[in-house]
Amino acid sequence: MDLHWLSIAEAHKGLLKKDFSSEELTRACLKQIAATDEKLNNFVTVTEDLALEQARTVDKKIVQGEGVGVLEGVPAAMKDIFNTKGIPTTCASKMLEDFVPPYESTATQKLKDEGYVLLGKVNLDEFACGASTENSVYGASLNPWDPAYVAGGSSGGSASSVAAGQAFYSLGTDTGGSIRLPSSFSGVVGMKVTYGRVSRFGVTAMASSWDTIGPITRTVEDAALVLQAIAGQDPYDSTTPDVPVPSYTENLSKGVKGLKIGVPAEYFAEGVTAEVKDAVNAALKEYEKLGAEIVPMSLPLTKYGVAIYYVTMPGELSTNLARFDGLRFGHKPEGTMEDLNDYYKKVRSEGFGPEIKRRIMVGTFVLSAGNSDAYYKQAQRARTLVIAEFAEAFKKVDVLIAPVSPTVAFKVGEKASDPLAMYLADALAIPGSAAGLPALAVPCGFNKDGLPLGFQIMGPHWSEALVLQVGAAYEQATDWHKKHPSF
Amino acid sequence: MKLSKEQIEKLAQLARLTLTEEEKARYSTQLTSILDYVEILKELDTKGVAETSQVTGLVNVTRPDEIGKTLATPDELLDCSPLPKTEHQIRVKRIL
Repeated sequence: MDLHWLSIAEAHKGLLKKDFSSEELTRACLKQIAATDEKLNNFVTVTEDLALEQARTVDKKIVQGEGVGVLEGVPAAMKDIFNTKGIPTTCASKMLEDFVPPYESTATQKLKDEGYVLLGKVNLDEFACGASTENSVYGASLNPWDPAYVAGGSSGGSASSVAAGQAFYSLGTDTGGSIRLPSSFSGVVGMKVTYGRVSRFGVTAMASSWDTIGPITRTVEDAALVLQAIAGQDPYDSTTPDVPVPSYTENLSKGVKGLKIGVPAEYFAEGVTAEVKDAVNAALKEYEKLGAEIVPMSLPLTKYGVAIYYVTMPGELSTNLARFDGLRFGHKPEGTMEDLNDYYKKVRSEGFGPEIKRRIMVGTFVLSAGNSDAYYKQAQRARTLVIAEFAEAFKKVDVLIAPVSPTVAFKVGEKASDPLAMYLADALAIPGSAAGLPALAVPCGFNKDGLPLGFQIMGPHWSEALVLQVGAAYEQATDWHKKHPSF
Repeated sequence: MKLSKEQIEKLAQLARLTLTEEEKARYSTQLTSILDYVEILKELDTKGVAETSQVTGLVNVTRPDEIGKTLATPDELLDCSPLPKTEHQIRVKRIL
């Protein structure tokens, strides 16, 4: 049995039945990492000794007949933007190449409390800025289905490692598509949560009015299990409200009979490839067979999403990254510096990569005196209209289904020199983020070259349980999640 | 709107970045194309529309002014600094 291809739920059952130990699960992942990561470039840090120690602790509990939780002893890889106490956390930036955080992020602390096994930290676009991981100082993570293609970004190492059987699950961050896009490109499940559903404490901020955290897994059920562990209010993150966390697994077998699924025409417009449209339409046919009602609709503001994002996000990013001044943490420049200002400039110019500098420049422009009303504030007003448009839609339908991206994964290098083309890869992921909606990326087949296709299910605020229910219904009716890349 | 070299230099100064001549030229072209793209937002009539600042409607979240549990000691935090420390303080370059 190939242990590394099990789902979290299957691994948990096997642990309880003593079919295998947590150490065996962990060694299976470590073996897969050793066999495939030279090719895929997902791991920035492998924490082998820690993982084996954590696994043995769980195994001892099982041997002694103590109960174990569903995530206990199941190995995971974390995006290298989550602070992990005592373990390097680089944000894939030269700025933080030597940074070892003295405290733990809330999300990973909650997983630690559940008894998780940490295999290591995985690659991302520098400070989560990109759609391909090509902006990482460590180079791109590649697509396990065909390494000539990108894994997607920014949570590319997370998606690729889960798709490649290197880890059972990963946590990613999604600001304007950074969980859903790589999940779709890599053929795995990715959950972007409602803004504020999961604490961001201890995760390096990108664009604070957009940033979310969520799981990347091989099945919808696994996404529900991981989300259950990390969701909820956190006194350390004031954007997490006191909204009850429901059971995310209880309705997974409930089906979609009688549910209304809205299909916005704008997500199938020009620029969306025929193979993507065909795959999503086939998935919609499946939903019809399962008893859902398909409701064609229009969301005319969709086309403004990318512009809203590429004004507000750089503004917030440039503000957040202002804290990287090389005083409390960060890159240490060599040579002589005249004064503090000179030091700041040297730290930042040497520490940040080209895409980060570009976004800081855009952000500085849109927030500077004389420009902020025409750019930043106008974009935040446009965003209010987008939020209202989604709210109207959810009066008529229960969820929306649409492609995640206009295309399948693109070739390494294809968009690397054209920032705007790279930004448009997220055109269909951004509008849901603008409104802070939960959205689940689900695999739905492969194109003629064997690259994964996917769709996303968007729901109203706090409707994660419903979105997962809808995703699970499709997964239970199809076999895509059982296919794995071969190496 | 085309960004001039002088505008690029001013932005870089505000952002505390030193750019090479090659970077200035590249960012001038790329920023211009990004700003041209976002012009599309001017089509929208947003008169009387409030700016979004918080998508789920939270306002003014406060907590009692009490010291909670400590996640890291002052010395652990100081250890993160790449600069020399004197008496639990970070030594920086001169300001003036």
